[in-house]
Amino acid sequence: MAHAAQPLKRPLWTPGVLVMLVFMFAGAVAIIARFTGGIGYVTNLTNARPWGIWVGIDVATGVALAAGGFTTAALAHIFGRHYYEPVTRPALLTAVLGYTFVVIGLLVDIGRSWAIWKPMFYWNFNSVLFEVAMCVMIYLTVLYIEFLPIVAEQFKGRVNLPGILSGLNRLVDGFLQTADRILGKVMWVFIILGVVLSCMHQSSLGSLMLVAPTKLHPLWYTPILPLLFLTSAIAVGYPMVVFETTLTTASFKLDSEVKILAPLTKITIFLLGFYMVLKIGDMVMRGTWIYLLDGTYQTNSFLAELLFGVMIPWIMLLFKRVRQSARGVFTAAALIVGGVVLNRVNVFIVGYRSPLTESGYFPAPSEILVTLGLIATLMFIYRVVVTYLPVLQAPKEVSS
Amino acid sequence: MQITRRRFFRVMGAAGASVAVRPPAGHAWQSKAPPDPFGCLVDLTRCVGCRKCEEACAEVNGLPEPERVNCQCTIFEKDRRPDHDAYTVVNRYYTGKVDEFDKPVPTFAKVQCMHCQDPACVSACIVGALTKDETGAVRYDVTKCIGCRYCMVACPFEIPAYEYFDPITPKVMKCTFCYDRISKQGGVPGCATICPTEAITFGRRSTLLEVANKRLKENPAHYLPHIYGEKEVGGTSWMYLSGVPFEQVNLPALPETPSPKLSETVQHSLFTYLWSPILLFGVLGGLMAWFNKNDNPPDKGGV
Ligand code: SF4
Ligand code: SF4
Ligand code: SF4
Repeated sequence: MAHAAQPLKRPLWTPGVLVMLVFMFAGAVAIIARFTGGIGYVTNLTNARPWGIWVGIDVATGVALAAGGFTTAALAHIFGRHYYEPVTRPALLTAVLGYTFVVIGLLVDIGRSWAIWKPMFYWNFNSVLFEVAMCVMIYLTVLYIEFLPIVAEQFKGRVNLPGILSGLNRLVDGFLQTADRILGKVMWVFIILGVVLSCMHQSSLGSLMLVAPTKLHPLWYTPILPLLFLTSAIAVGYPMVVFETTLTTASFKLDSEVKILAPLTKITIFLLGFYMVLKIGDMVMRGTWIYLLDGTYQTNSFLAELLFGVMIPWIMLLFKRVRQSARGVFTAAALIVGGVVLNRVNVFIVGYRSPLTESGYFPAPSEILVTLGLIATLMFIYRVVVTYLPVLQAPKEVSS
Repeated sequence: MQITRRRFFRVMGAAGASVAVRPPAGHAWQSKAPPDPFGCLVDLTRCVGCRKCEEACAEVNGLPEPERVNCQCTIFEKDRRPDHDAYTVVNRYYTGKVDEFDKPVPTFAKVQCMHCQDPACVSACIVGALTKDETGAVRYDVTKCIGCRYCMVACPFEIPAYEYFDPITPKVMKCTFCYDRISKQGGVPGCATICPTEAITFGRRSTLLEVANKRLKENPAHYLPHIYGEKEVGGTSWMYLSGVPFEQVNLPALPETPSPKLSETVQHSLFTYLWSPILLFGVLGGLMAWFNKNDNPPDKGGV
């Protein structure tokens, strides 16, 4: 079995981190502008085009890419493939951060941010968005619970808060100790719950557009949209883990995890293949391939999604040579991740046609800054967490 | 083009119905439309574009005075949509129709919320801030709204507008059907009261359909044989008669299936009594026990 995860204990303030800080700052300025001038002041949104990249990327894509959390948890803990445990912690961390930032993105995007709690009290069971919101909220709590033992592992027995907070040391330590003890026994409930909730809201995210049959381009509007969202989320889970683990190990110069990641790509052939069959089959069944050659930017975007995001990486992974090279696996994974990003952007932005007003939408600079700022913050916190908490596998010579 | 579009919607509807799993309770989707709502019939052949309805609407609803109230000249040069300052606007369209001197004849068309029978906005609203009332009015309750704008995404008529420049307390803005007036005995919407040519008729939806059919029968050369809003997206409270194709006056070709039908069917099939998540939980729990039976509990130490 692999050696235990450890805090990285590397210097935090690298040049890369400083670049992140610049983006975070720019994003913060744009967010302040949004809360002083209104959404209209910082975005290109209109009445014809009410959702832009804050929903399409910050929320929809964020949720999809956090899928590594539940897919690895299912594999390692439910299906008992403990071999994969070294990658569950980073995947879990990505999910925790991803969903946290989905909520922050929503706070910026919705008009009445201070009212975000209202869906807890006013229920509309007909609303797909209501279902998504409930699941995301509960799942976020579950994720924090799943993450708590990692915090406990690092700090229990040595809680040492600075200054006046030191009075709380005993209390916090007691909390961590108890949490750790109890959670160990009931964690299986949360692990399963996490998978169930993920399946629910990943698919419901696809149902969001079903209420607008005349507004979403037929290439994407299909009754099986929820199924497509669910299968693509499951299919992108492991590639996302490959993608980020490769980036992290490279940037921290850790031991490559290719050995663990390689078998994951075999599962991906199956999962992505299933998604591809559904997606192409759906197109054939509904006869929407007639749109494929009409040359509009929407169709081209669909083609790009299907070719570069699904078919090419799938074919790549069929080759043993690709699967055995770190670079090959990474490229395929990156394509799949890009494909899912493009798919979510297509469904929520590119494929959306306002019925009466011809409104081309392209995000305003400050809209983009908010999104980039959020991503930078996410990466920054990831970095802080892996520096101080046992998430990643430390290099062998230190730990073995 | 119109035909293929229509057929396309039908094909999609059929595909949807066949794919959607039946809920365990086994009930099909049912319309929640009120049985005998009020409505308005707009006869575009009567509208002269005086924009009095815009003025009355603004006054009744406490909105700012319409742009260039007394100018029937330049205002029509741009195609307007209802927005956060106006619940209704009148546009002018040249559709190729000419009079006996070969001069192009304009058609004027008022737009506002259609007060759909099974409104997409109501189905979509996360908190139920939008509701369909017995009167037929689709009402908005700002105290529940969180400003997610899903209602705007859902509306097939592109109606709800947003106060995009209010940073903290923006509202969704759309025609109220003058609920405060029509919910009282004998009350009539502002726009319908004022119209000098009686282009807007207010009444029970069923009565209006009779009126419309009568007009079509008595003057078939004058009208297209179609009551817009009778069947579109399952029927709307506001309906239109016209002498020119509806698509040319910005009333979109729409399927007869109510917009929320598929999403609600899918959603309820999957989640009624939470049967599917509970089932999934059980199956996963079983698998977990099976796969891990020889191991120590793997679940310690942060997943
Ligand atoms: S027209 Fe739009 S806003 Fe009005 S009731 Fe129908 S769906 Fe709702
Ligand atoms: S913006 Fe308000 S009214 Fe519209 S769907 Fe969201 S919560 Fe409901
Ligand atoms: S019904 Fe009332 S709110 Fe709606 S357009 Fe007429 S006057 Fe305005």
